[in-house]
Amino acid sequence: MTITAESLSFSYGPKLALKDVEFQLEKGKFHALLGPNGAGKSTLFALLTRLYELQGGNIQIDDQSIKKQPASAMKRIGVVFQQSTLDLDLTVKQNLLYHASLHGIPTSTATKRIDAELERMEMQSRANEKVRGLNGGHRRRVEIARALLHNPDILLLDEPTVGLDPQTRRSLNTHVRQLCKTDNLTVLWATHLMEEIDLDDPVVLLHKGEVLLDDKASVMLDQSGENNLTDAFHQLTDSDSFGGTK
Amino acid sequence: MNLTAGWYCFKGILVREFLRFVQQRSRFLSALVRPLLWLIVFAAGFRAALGIAIIEPYETYITYETYIAPGLCCMILLFNGMQSSLSMVYDREMGSMRVLLMSPLPRPYLLLCKMVSTALISLTQVYAFLLIALLVEVEPPLLGYITVLPALMLVALLLSSLGLFLSTRIKQLENFAGVMNFVIFPMFFLSSALYPLWKMQEASEWLYWICMANPFTYAVELVRHALYVKLDVNSLMITAGATLLFAGLAVTGFNPQKSAK
Repeated sequence: MTITAESLSFSYGPKLALKDVEFQLEKGKFHALLGPNGAGKSTLFALLTRLYELQGGNIQIDDQSIKKQPASAMKRIGVVFQQSTLDLDLTVKQNLLYHASLHGIPTSTATKRIDAELERMEMQSRANEKVRGLNGGHRRRVEIARALLHNPDILLLDEPTVGLDPQTRRSLNTHVRQLCKTDNLTVLWATHLMEEIDLDDPVVLLHKGEVLLDDKASVMLDQSGENNLTDAFHQLTDSDSFGGTK
Repeated sequence: MNLTAGWYCFKGILVREFLRFVQQRSRFLSALVRPLLWLIVFAAGFRAALGIAIIEPYETYITYETYIAPGLCCMILLFNGMQSSLSMVYDREMGSMRVLLMSPLPRPYLLLCKMVSTALISLTQVYAFLLIALLVEVEPPLLGYITVLPALMLVALLLSSLGLFLSTRIKQLENFAGVMNFVIFPMFFLSSALYPLWKMQEASEWLYWICMANPFTYAVELVRHALYVKLDVNSLMITAGATLLFAGLAVTGFNPQKSAK
């Protein structure tokens, strides 16, 4: 299962947010979508998840266009948004059942899948707790479990580690990488934190709405001449220490 | 669309709305306290001043409480419809609208599920109100409790689709106060909910015509007639037409891009 972005362009009124963005994700691999704040990552996610209508270009999931066959595309994508989208006053299980129902999954099947996913996320014991009582890391785990409930082939995560402590960030990252191996899941992980990236990871580097690099992370080092990914990222995107572009 | 999937989706949205509703007990209480205050306090004070002649669908002189009860049922539906628009704006601001929009089912269907769920939850409050109204001798015929159900459902759909339509126009939660002042109060007072329109006509011809142009007037009359096992075809047609109009406007005016911000 692959996603192909073809000549994607998007603008907010006169402001161009994405310009001729093209890339292809490889099946069963962990991909990083990099870019400083304002590079267009969230806009790209909104297009991939159909929250924004395509203005120019196309997105294909295998041979299906999300423009022409949105329903089948949505069945194959699981999403974790940057901002938490859990209902704080519902329990973990109620949130997951709600998501399953939106995908038309019968309650009995949904209950089994919820148990399995929560077990895998080591969140089974919290199933009947209200989300409001969970910490940020646990909420993220619930959101990943939710994104996997309908057995998608592709998992999109928009800066899922924002606001989490380094240990939790690492554990989430490791877990998602594991999912690529165990479930053959294709993952697109948006971030601007270089410690979440391995040198072998395929990377799409966005800058000012354009693809600056679509290759392995190690190529960033070669192109920048730096010896670590953080410096390479800053050098290539000309960004300052606060994550914004100069 | 797969019908089974559609059913599970509707069930899920209804359960979520119901859970949110029962968790907000104050919402349930205020939805009941508001019309009960009108029924018990306001009606007691104005009973003498606002004597009611025999008018359709009543066959005899009635108390003022009996007259305003159908209007107060619609008041519950009106507030709930607007509450649903508040909840849509809240969902949009909190991001939970995105979860809804990620469903593979058609978006107009998802919005329809949301409207019907809100409407069904409102009905439970109306019946609770009608039960309490028995204490002040608002006693429609027993069959009326059944014949009023489809009328209430239609009115609830009208008001939740109006609420949904408004939510497509409201940018932030803070703007909701404007809805109270510019939608809820004018709709309620410029209708036949609290006084028959002939009384309004005696007082002011132009106010009477505004009341006649208000779809809420027909919603109230539809419920009033249905509660007394009668059908007001004119009110039914106008209420159904207004429901279709607002539902259409809500679905076409819904912009997922707002939910993604």
